[in-house]
Amino acid sequence: MKVSIERAALLKAVAQAQSVVERRNTIPILANVLIEAEGDSLTFRATDLDIEVIDRAPAMVERKGASTVPAVTLHEIVRKLPDGALVSLTEEPGSGRVTVQAGRSKFALATLPREDFPVMTTTEYTANFAAPAPLLRRLFDKSKFAISTEETRYYLNGVYMHVATGEGGQVLRCVATDGHRLARIDAELPDGAETMPGVIVPRKTVGELRKLLDDDDIQIAVSVSETKVRFATPDITLTSKVIDGTFPDYSRVIPQANTRRLEVDASEFAKAVDRVATVSSERSRAVKLSLDEDRLVLSVNAPDSGAAEEELAVAYGDEHLEIGFNAKYLLEIASQVDRENAVFLFNSAGDPTLMREGNDSSAVYVVMPMRV
Amino acid sequence: MPALCRACLTSFENGPRCPACRSPLVVAHDELNTLSIAHMDCDAFYASVEKREHPELRDKPVIIGGGRRGVVSTACYIARIKGVRSAMPMFKALQLCPEAVVLKPRMDLYAETSRAVRAMMEALTPAIEPLSLDEAFLDLTGTERLHHAPPAVTLARLVRRMEEELGITGSIGLSHNKFLAKVASDLDKPRGFSVIGRAETAAFLRDRPVSLIWGVGHAARATLDKAGIRTFADLLRWERRDLHARFGSMGERLWHLARGEDARRVSRDAPVKSVSNETTFNEDTADPEILDGHLWRLSEKVADRLKARDRAGRVVTVKLKRSDHAILTRRVSLSAPTQIADRIYRTARGLFDGAADKGPFRLIGVGVSEIVTESGAVEIGDLLDPGSGTRARAERATDAIRERFGPDAIVKGRSLR
Repeated sequence: MKVSIERAALLKAVAQAQSVVERRNTIPILANVLIEAEGDSLTFRATDLDIEVIDRAPAMVERKGASTVPAVTLHEIVRKLPDGALVSLTEEPGSGRVTVQAGRSKFALATLPREDFPVMTTTEYTANFAAPAPLLRRLFDKSKFAISTEETRYYLNGVYMHVATGEGGQVLRCVATDGHRLARIDAELPDGAETMPGVIVPRKTVGELRKLLDDDDIQIAVSVSETKVRFATPDITLTSKVIDGTFPDYSRVIPQANTRRLEVDASEFAKAVDRVATVSSERSRAVKLSLDEDRLVLSVNAPDSGAAEEELAVAYGDEHLEIGFNAKYLLEIASQVDRENAVFLFNSAGDPTLMREGNDSSAVYVVMPMRV
Repeated sequence: MPALCRACLTSFENGPRCPACRSPLVVAHDELNTLSIAHMDCDAFYASVEKREHPELRDKPVIIGGGRRGVVSTACYIARIKGVRSAMPMFKALQLCPEAVVLKPRMDLYAETSRAVRAMMEALTPAIEPLSLDEAFLDLTGTERLHHAPPAVTLARLVRRMEEELGITGSIGLSHNKFLAKVASDLDKPRGFSVIGRAETAAFLRDRPVSLIWGVGHAARATLDKAGIRTFADLLRWERRDLHARFGSMGERLWHLARGEDARRVSRDAPVKSVSNETTFNEDTADPEILDGHLWRLSEKVADRLKARDRAGRVVTVKLKRSDHAILTRRVSLSAPTQIADRIYRTARGLFDGAADKGPFRLIGVGVSEIVTESGAVEIGDLLDPGSGTRARAERATDAIRERFGPDAIVKGRSLR
């Protein structure tokens, strides 16, 4: 193998590959990225056996070939090379080393046989559709904060992507919850997605997927089967196993009969929550909301470190209510609101509270209160 | 060199016997009157308390431990001559010392004596750090004027008082930090009084094995062994940076300990790192009903201890020992810290179910770690398990009833299994 490639293109491809590679690995080959040179491009392939990412970058191929080198080391090297450098990757057959050369810098990396590199089995996808990047970005960005990290409930360690019936008919829906809060985000159902089985996309995959979605004008090719999901741009293909489990029936969790309505400027609200929470150093800081007609008082009382209070002008017409929440949870849901006011619907101090953006029910959040 | 008679508490200048009472119980050391960090360790505590209660057993080997299948928790010094050791299986202990009198532990009694010892220590200094019922660190810095005597005399007075009033003996380690004080108390048991001064620290440690370090057990020793570290001299050859790179935060500690340095303060509020309880069965069992009952009782005990200290933990661990003594542990992190028995039990049950087919088991244990203060662990209800909030409230109510009417006033059916 002998190829030359522009540093920026190489860095982008290797960065994607090395983030999939697990840092702690018992199988040496999984620390490596498979580089294949053919035609006028280089293909980089990395996997942790659950996720596989394939990344293509244009390159000048003098001699085709394939090899695997440590992904993290290669990324570090390329990152430290000067901007605009032309990088050459060379493997002399039988040498067991790939030489990375740029200007006067020269590195030799140990290789492992490409035949040992695990290839993800192919799957028959039951649904294939194209979705605009901004649509997927919204679905996952607004839901991922609620993903659970609790290993016992492995089926909550991802975002449940499925077809559901929303107010205006069928929608593509993403739901995530950790039992304390829940996010339910709907988007227009792309053509061809109707037959899609519901899948739980793992947390790590959601993180990797996000890197494909920065470009507004791009269409993402999505393929879904019972066991795998694939997202592809023209350059990058991300394939992932989905979590083998049943996502709980979340619909019964979403309160339908909460009538006490609070409307508040979301960013003012978030800032105020952040300010009052400063006095407590505990991880699960409780913020108390005291509601009276058109008046909201946020307060934190931390016996060891102090107290804080802040008043906000709001729209609220129901009877007096006092309810407490984890400050972090409140901040996280309030920061999802970007266009309109946040609307909270309460029932009692012990019942789940619903939050949405204005009257838009395409993004709904539920949060459990705590004793204060 | 300054010397002290431990029998009559006379201070004098060197000599093998006390000039006042001719007792040979003399401790002499250059730094005797300047050191102030001590470790007090009762000698064969449970056995000593039992011998005090049963004077007729005074000259007999006594072993404290539970049941036919249990292990030795304490052996008196007569039994130790025969080779009986703590944590030894009871059948083995009885092979070594068939004439031993085996007594079931009476924790209430030991706790009472322990409280009495603690009260005696409280009278000496507020800086006490109890490690268990029968041992504690004491920092006597700055107490000379209060007690009109240097710390060494105060400590000798303490053990003499324990012997006279409580009928139990203890060994003292006196040094300039906790690590060395603990090491010292073990040098001359029973009824010992050992001093490790600053001047001799390096020479004292040099050829000793690193297993001397409290917390370096089998696993850590194996790790160190791989790195060629067996003695303190081996440790001294390592650069601080390399130790840190290889062993992480433990490396940092090792570097200091190798030089006899230990900056930890004597403090009764030393953070609790984990709370766990375990039980060994009379007969190995794979019966899910029986094991489930144990899981609940252990979870409840752990929760009780957490509640008593206003603590909550985030990681739940289940430990299982199989018939061949192989140990299985399963652990999981919760989304939020808990001190609720119900939550610990349900989590532990899930972990246990994943390993239940590996039975039969001889031991089962439940533990909670990553401890935080309780105020950081207010329970938030679970959207997906609406019953959890109700159960937590029921548990709080149960706790309140027990507080008022005693621990057996109300129990769960499953704890009777």
